[in-house]
Amino acid sequence: MTRYIAVIALTFMAALPLRAAEVATFTLDNGMDVVVLEDHRAPVVVHMVWYRVGAADEPPGKSGISHFLEHLMFKGTEALGPGEFSDVVAANGGTDNAFTSFDYTAYFQRVAADRLDLMMEMEADRMVNLRLTEEDVLTERDVILEERNQRTENEPGALFGEMRNAAQYKNHPYGIPIIGWRHEMEQLSQDDAEAFYADHYAPNNAILIVAGDVEPDEVRALAERYYGVIPANPDIEPRMRPQEPPQLAERRITYEDPRVAQPYVVRTYLAPERDPGDQREAAALQLLAEILGGSGQTSVLPRKLQFETQSAVYASAFYSGTSLDDTTFGVVIVPSQGVELAAAEAALDQAVAEFLEEGVDAQQLERIKTQIRASLIYEQDNIQSLARTYGMALTSGLTVEDVQAWPDILKSITEEEILAAARRVFDRKTAVTGWLTGPGTEEVMQ
Amino acid sequence: MIRAVFAAFVAVAAALPAKAAVDIQEVTSPGGITAWLVEEPSIPFAAIEIRFQGGASLDVPDERGAVNLMMALLEEGAADLDAQDFAAARERLAASYDFETYDDSVSVSARFLTENRAEAVELLRKALVEPRFDQDAVERVRAQVLSGLRSDATDPNTIASRTFDAMAFGDHPYGSSRDGTIETVTALTRDDIVEAHGRAIARDRIYVGAVGDITPEDLGTLLDDLLGGLPAEGAPLPPEADYQLEGGVTVVPFDTPQSVALFGHEGIPRDDPDFFAAYIANEIFGGSGLQSRLMEEVREKRGLTYGIGTYLVPMDLAELVMGQVASANDRMSATIDVVTAEWRRIAEEGVTQEELDEAKTYLTGAYPLRFDGNGPIARILVGMQMDGLPIDYIATRNDKVMAVTLGDIARVIERIYRPEDLHFVVVGQPAGVEATN
Repeated sequence: MTRYIAVIALTFMAALPLRAAEVATFTLDNGMDVVVLEDHRAPVVVHMVWYRVGAADEPPGKSGISHFLEHLMFKGTEALGPGEFSDVVAANGGTDNAFTSFDYTAYFQRVAADRLDLMMEMEADRMVNLRLTEEDVLTERDVILEERNQRTENEPGALFGEMRNAAQYKNHPYGIPIIGWRHEMEQLSQDDAEAFYADHYAPNNAILIVAGDVEPDEVRALAERYYGVIPANPDIEPRMRPQEPPQLAERRITYEDPRVAQPYVVRTYLAPERDPGDQREAAALQLLAEILGGSGQTSVLPRKLQFETQSAVYASAFYSGTSLDDTTFGVVIVPSQGVELAAAEAALDQAVAEFLEEGVDAQQLERIKTQIRASLIYEQDNIQSLARTYGMALTSGLTVEDVQAWPDILKSITEEEILAAARRVFDRKTAVTGWLTGPGTEEVMQ
Repeated sequence: MIRAVFAAFVAVAAALPAKAAVDIQEVTSPGGITAWLVEEPSIPFAAIEIRFQGGASLDVPDERGAVNLMMALLEEGAADLDAQDFAAARERLAASYDFETYDDSVSVSARFLTENRAEAVELLRKALVEPRFDQDAVERVRAQVLSGLRSDATDPNTIASRTFDAMAFGDHPYGSSRDGTIETVTALTRDDIVEAHGRAIARDRIYVGAVGDITPEDLGTLLDDLLGGLPAEGAPLPPEADYQLEGGVTVVPFDTPQSVALFGHEGIPRDDPDFFAAYIANEIFGGSGLQSRLMEEVREKRGLTYGIGTYLVPMDLAELVMGQVASANDRMSATIDVVTAEWRRIAEEGVTQEELDEAKTYLTGAYPLRFDGNGPIARILVGMQMDGLPIDYIATRNDKVMAVTLGDIARVIERIYRPEDLHFVVVGQPAGVEATN
């Protein structure tokens, strides 16, 4: 029963992105990759274009420009006026939106399958023909500042997350928030957006994903007609971000905010991500997160901290291995009323130490692997989610083969590999420990 | 053997870009429990959605939060299994059960594989019919609920909705949080939880939707196995809720950079003949699919917010028209002015034929997109039954949308946009916003 710690649960849910399905893939002559996922149960299609560019690819001082550009992509082209893209989608009974992360920016529409043609025509148009006006840019900048207000400034947990991230990454741009630092967002200009667009939006930096009631041949013909005619940008190069130096000193932060009624502790450790052809360490970490925190009743941290002792109202672990560069492995404890953060942190450390001594419960691991097998059945019911899984993986440097191999790799991971991965990742020198507290807390950092 | 199972196949035929190919059968179990079923055998699992009408509104006044805590405890031990044994059994089956509490109902959303359906149903039966409510589980989950309530007390969005509800509905259950208060939840006893279970989960107000790899015969058996052991009758429903709020502005001071506002007044019941017209009017004014008037005026033209929306809220015992928006403290005043002006404009001028046509195109085209997956379809089937809609509704729904005229809209707009009754609850430090009370 974890729904009452909604903020925590949403942020740290250790989901199992386990996917394997029949897919068709090909590449257009201009370098644009195409993935087709078939599901003929309903006459509906999801059309997505993913760009291999995100917040971690922004020029210094321009934080938030990738997300700002995502908003501006709805402001019109030579052919379509501001807002008209979405109006046309709606007029065809469809829905559309877009999202930005560290490693990708993606645009999608859900629509009747016989409207795929029109969606591709419009998406291809705005890949190269964006036309902005100063007025639209300035108004939309106010919108993203209100978005930051809503998502971050009004949410102490989100501000805490920004501070923890900034402490975790000393050199890599993952330490800068996706939406941007406020003082830099306020200065973003039309020139900044247009320069970023020119540098990164091109067919050879994009992946087309079509999922639903379509045939691969039909998608290929349409993709060649609309996207295939756009010339590749020869200046697009593989992404090379500044990497982390050796992390030799543990960091600890305390963020106090009067709006915090329920204090908690989060610790993240720098952790390897899934790499193409080399996913075993990440798979072991994925299973480690499941073993420590995947179930509110049976996993290690809730069992030790909520059942055996009543130190916590919530305890969990999280890891997201789909990332272009080094990611993090995290643990969290929300202490019970009357339990101070120092005691909670000590209890969390002790629980992890005991786990490393006691090893993996074979029955628990077997149950987790059963659920991995079942997820391959359940996932067929949600083709849009599957499409997103492919998009995230392919913009994070993985291949279709890596995505398809992932469930089998997970199933093949042994207890010894999980414990070895745990011993490697739980290195306090790479860790950031964060305390979120309310006003007037007497507690002091150790 | 199974005498009472019968099927009513419904062909779907609507002039749409995409058709919702949903063939609904009505299944009645030997024991007399009715469900709507869509057979979809291509993937070997099924989703089942069960709702019991009543929900948190069945709370006894001094025991507010009892139904919510009870529902949260269903997965925390049942029959011969304690909380951890129960979870381990569920994980071994790779089934999922989700228990939720709403103002007017409690719900069970389950998903299980065909290969172990009987075991998964038996485990769910234990949770529904034989929950243990062990004292240690009660204390553990109570602490989680209380933690959530403490966080709610400093969350501007929750403060806004609690304030609006209290002013609108007073002592009626709708006037307070279904989670209860720190005081009421702290005082709940195990006996209160047991009693709440008897009040909220019974066979007399049950609605079931099932979608996936299961035949009508098997579903009939499943219904009796799963639900046959429940008591025949739950607690009586509370009376209608009187809406008590007048037009104006309420400010709840709270130190945060962005003010949040909830606004609205009384609405229109789901079974009103003009509900479709009201639904379309709301879509044009503040709906989420089209570029609504409010999104155009407040976000696109002025950049005053990231998002603004309005919605019809037809509950069982009252109905509202509501909206929400968030703007920086120094801009909320301007946002309220625009919303008020737009509320007045639509009340006075109505909508145009072009707006109506665009809304119809969108709503009829988007309708089939909702039917995407076994779980979502099961929830739709239950919602249709609870709203009293006919089993062939899906086939006729878009015709009903298309039949709405400008005259229908003009008639209903007088009822759902009443500028003099519009009340804002603003939480934050909104500069220049004058409270009227």
